[in-house]
Amino acid sequence: MDIATLKTKQNLITGAILLILLILLATLPLYKPGYSVILLSSILMYVILTVSWVIFSGPTGYISLAPAAFFGVGIYASAIIGKAIPFPVVVLIGGVASFVLALLVGALTLRLRGIYFAVFTFGLVMLISNAMNYYEIHFTGTRGRFVMVIDYNTIYLYMLGIFVLLMIAATIIKRSKYGLALMSIGQEEEAAEHTGVNVVMVKVIIFAISAFFMGAAGSVMATKWTYIDPGIAFNPFYSFMPVLMAIFGGMGQLFGPVIGSAIFTYLEEFLITKFAELYMLIFGAILVVSILYLPDGLVGLIQKLWKRFSERKHANT
Amino acid sequence: MIVTFLNVVIAGLLLGGIYALIAVGLSLQYGVARVFNISHGEFIMLGAFATWMLYTMAGINPLISLVISGPFIFLIGFFLHKTLFRSLLNASPSMNIFESKSMLATFGLLFIIQNIAILIWGADFKGYSYLNVGVNFGGAVFAANRLVTLVYAVIIGTAFYLFLAFTRMGKAIRAAAQDPKTAGLMGVNINQVLALCFGFGAIMAGFAGALLSMCYPIQTTMGLEYTVIAIIVVTLGGMGSIVGSFIGGFILGIIGSIVTTIEPSLYLVVFYFIFSLMLLVRPKGILGK
Repeated sequence: MDIATLKTKQNLITGAILLILLILLATLPLYKPGYSVILLSSILMYVILTVSWVIFSGPTGYISLAPAAFFGVGIYASAIIGKAIPFPVVVLIGGVASFVLALLVGALTLRLRGIYFAVFTFGLVMLISNAMNYYEIHFTGTRGRFVMVIDYNTIYLYMLGIFVLLMIAATIIKRSKYGLALMSIGQEEEAAEHTGVNVVMVKVIIFAISAFFMGAAGSVMATKWTYIDPGIAFNPFYSFMPVLMAIFGGMGQLFGPVIGSAIFTYLEEFLITKFAELYMLIFGAILVVSILYLPDGLVGLIQKLWKRFSERKHANT
Repeated sequence: MIVTFLNVVIAGLLLGGIYALIAVGLSLQYGVARVFNISHGEFIMLGAFATWMLYTMAGINPLISLVISGPFIFLIGFFLHKTLFRSLLNASPSMNIFESKSMLATFGLLFIIQNIAILIWGADFKGYSYLNVGVNFGGAVFAANRLVTLVYAVIIGTAFYLFLAFTRMGKAIRAAAQDPKTAGLMGVNINQVLALCFGFGAIMAGFAGALLSMCYPIQTTMGLEYTVIAIIVVTLGGMGSIVGSFIGGFILGIIGSIVTTIEPSLYLVVFYFIFSLMLLVRPKGILGK
């Protein structure tokens, strides 16, 4: 068997496993309704935020703290137009609104590098949150608003759908010339520019695509909370979590952030209600330890161990 | 009219003094040690709680307890740099990577310090009353503790500026800020200097926290709010510049005070707006190089 057929065979097997996994996940509400569906919805929420964050920030090294802004825009889109328009359109509009915001922000700010970019994106979240708060108090006269309620199975299926689309988009971007361009930007932006990469265009487009998925996820999750206000929708926590989960999981592979966020959300579900401080403490400690000792995250560590293990096997025979 | 004007300006200066002091530490840590310290506010919180504890439990005058709590906070900062940031620095192939890694590590520190504090002191507001008497300024009345705060902020800032300008250690710090490699070649013990700078940044935050605790109620979750203000001030004044921090602090203080008189709920919006505008127009700040 030559290498090409071996490779297609491997791809087929991976594809089949993924398909089975997807079918199992999609039919979950049928045979295991209730809590596990709700838990998986929140896991999917963080997974979507983290993977979308990694699409842009992973290869380029630009630390964006704007996820909360895009997520929040999606939430607000859902709250404002949700009752009048069919739900799939609402989700689409939530995504598109974030996409447009990201285009604007990206075009304005991607000249900023390093910590300036991080700080600006963080400021953006706080600016929108405070401006929204001011607007609500002074113009609509209320603080916060109610979102229409949707049953949790539907929320789950929507999140799963967004997740699948996101993974497809992420894989395509990673394998396309844009993925390469992003990586070259991360390594040496000047050099990338000189080799003919349209640096600004690539950065802005990918930044906006990543924002689209965050916004779409936000407009679905809004219906789970039923009541939102600027403090909930634009909670800076949603900016910090994806960064941490991505670092913990490892950004080299796409499933790294998936695993990282799944583990953390699981941990959160169990600890945050009873031991919120302890959870946050562990969270901080894991972040510091991952940055110090796991440069490629959990997945990188497993790969390294696996490699060492399989090498030993070869040496013995 | 004049009284309102005085009121607004003096209130702005009082606020600006604290803002400046908060920002000096952050500016120093980033300007020299290249650590953009998101956990800066947590050191402010530690300073505030140390002062509160010493005052309510041992009855020690807050202005004197600075001398007791300051060195402790300095040591925390110093050893954090010696351990955590030093190994990050050694492991990072370039300065850019170190900057983003160390910034993310300080996020972790934020959560660690804040939640240890919550486990110890809880999440309620704490406070005490010290020098809470009115002082009249041509019709405008201010609490004495705020005036003391401003005076202290200016004294600490000036002392630190003189230290940097005229002492041998100060020169070493400035040399390290300009070019760490060459400074190392000239015989500056660069690792020591960076750790000292981080410690100095922490002690500034501690002082600011001690002063804040005299004027405002304190809370274990207060840190991030002040970190954000410090970031805005530093962006305004320029990273790594002490004079810039004071200019930025006073500007922001006065703007905050003006906006608060007109429309109190708008001042954060205005702060973020100025901040965003500054980053877009002149990211290095007023006095940045």
